[in-house]
Amino acid sequence: MTAALWPLAASSKGGLSMRAYLDLCIGFARTGVTGYGGGPSIIPLIEYEAVKKYKWMNADEFGDTLALANTLPGPIATKMAAYIGFKVKGSIGALVAIVAHILPSSIAMMVLLGFLYSFRNSPVVKGMVAGVSPVIGVMLAVLAFQFLAKSRKTMGTKWMGVFAVLAFLLLQIISLHPGIVIGLFLSGAFILSTYKIKKADGWKRPVMQKRERQL
Amino acid sequence: METPGHAEKGTAAMIYLHIFWAFFVANLLGYGGGPSTIPLIQNEVVQHYGWMTNKEFGDLLAMANVLPGPIATKMGGYVGYEVGGVLGAVLALLATIGPSAIAVILLFTFANRFKDALQIQWMTRSVQPVIAVLLAVLAYQFLLSAFEEMGWIHLILLGAGSYFAMERMKIHPAIVIVASLFYGGFFLSHI
Repeated sequence: MTAALWPLAASSKGGLSMRAYLDLCIGFARTGVTGYGGGPSIIPLIEYEAVKKYKWMNADEFGDTLALANTLPGPIATKMAAYIGFKVKGSIGALVAIVAHILPSSIAMMVLLGFLYSFRNSPVVKGMVAGVSPVIGVMLAVLAFQFLAKSRKTMGTKWMGVFAVLAFLLLQIISLHPGIVIGLFLSGAFILSTYKIKKADGWKRPVMQKRERQL
Repeated sequence: METPGHAEKGTAAMIYLHIFWAFFVANLLGYGGGPSTIPLIQNEVVQHYGWMTNKEFGDLLAMANVLPGPIATKMGGYVGYEVGGVLGAVLALLATIGPSAIAVILLFTFANRFKDALQIQWMTRSVQPVIAVLLAVLAYQFLLSAFEEMGWIHLILLGAGSYFAMERMKIHPAIVIVASLFYGGFFLSHI
């Protein structure tokens, strides 16, 4: 991957080059280490670094970038790091921003779990591990409820219910792989929304149709 | 979607391929950032490849919530390392962030036009109920195995206590998890 991306960044060598990489590194390491609770909670911290502190972009650009990043799957924080890093310093900038953002917490994770598991046979550690599972159960249940509440807000109680029951049947009763279920739902949503636009607009908006094909 | 080799020990190259594939699939399908990828990672890591038990996955999730930083990369880095060493961790991280990072960069010139498209809105919405069901099933599994392990008194104390602390008193999840570790160390070390 690095080899393929290298030539793109070679054009942006300058006197302030190292300084910019260092800023990217510090800015994204800081957001990676201080942001608790996963991607979405880190967004305000990234905005602080990118807009207020280092002025890599203005608030409007940041909003646009966030909206764009949300249209793609995958972790949100690393998509932001990729785009902002690329904007500041090309492909190498993107790489620096992502690595600075994820590396400290990934290594800390290995150290912490390694430490816990090296006392795997101790009754105290066994008790600790047991004590945490109800909390994880509650956190997942709350998260599930939040996703339901979100979709109730955007698609209404009736459709949320229909989609959730359908998803449950496909996942738990027919035991389809979640990837296939999500693929089905995504293509269904794409076809229905395209049909809706076509029906509403007729063939009057060629730009929109072109966009649909690119999607 | 199905790849051959349920949990069986393949050649080293196959294992690296499986690591990459597992995290690639989970993150590609996880619309809506980190939390929505949790049940998808669990499906690949526990159900499909059998790299860890549901219980170990729970420990992993707990520790990932104690530490700062993006949740998907912490999970990916650790599982990749456990299964395939440093190279495994690198591959899992690449699979987690690579595709979406490259897509963002490629799209950035013209994708601003997409963000209000009805297709994108509907596609994002259609996935939310699926994620909700996956998360609910996982929550049920964790609570059930906790019940079998510690009985209903500890389960209700820990479950209701942590719900009250996180959702009513708005105490940070990391603090609640650390508190539950202490509770378990003191009161559950006999099981």
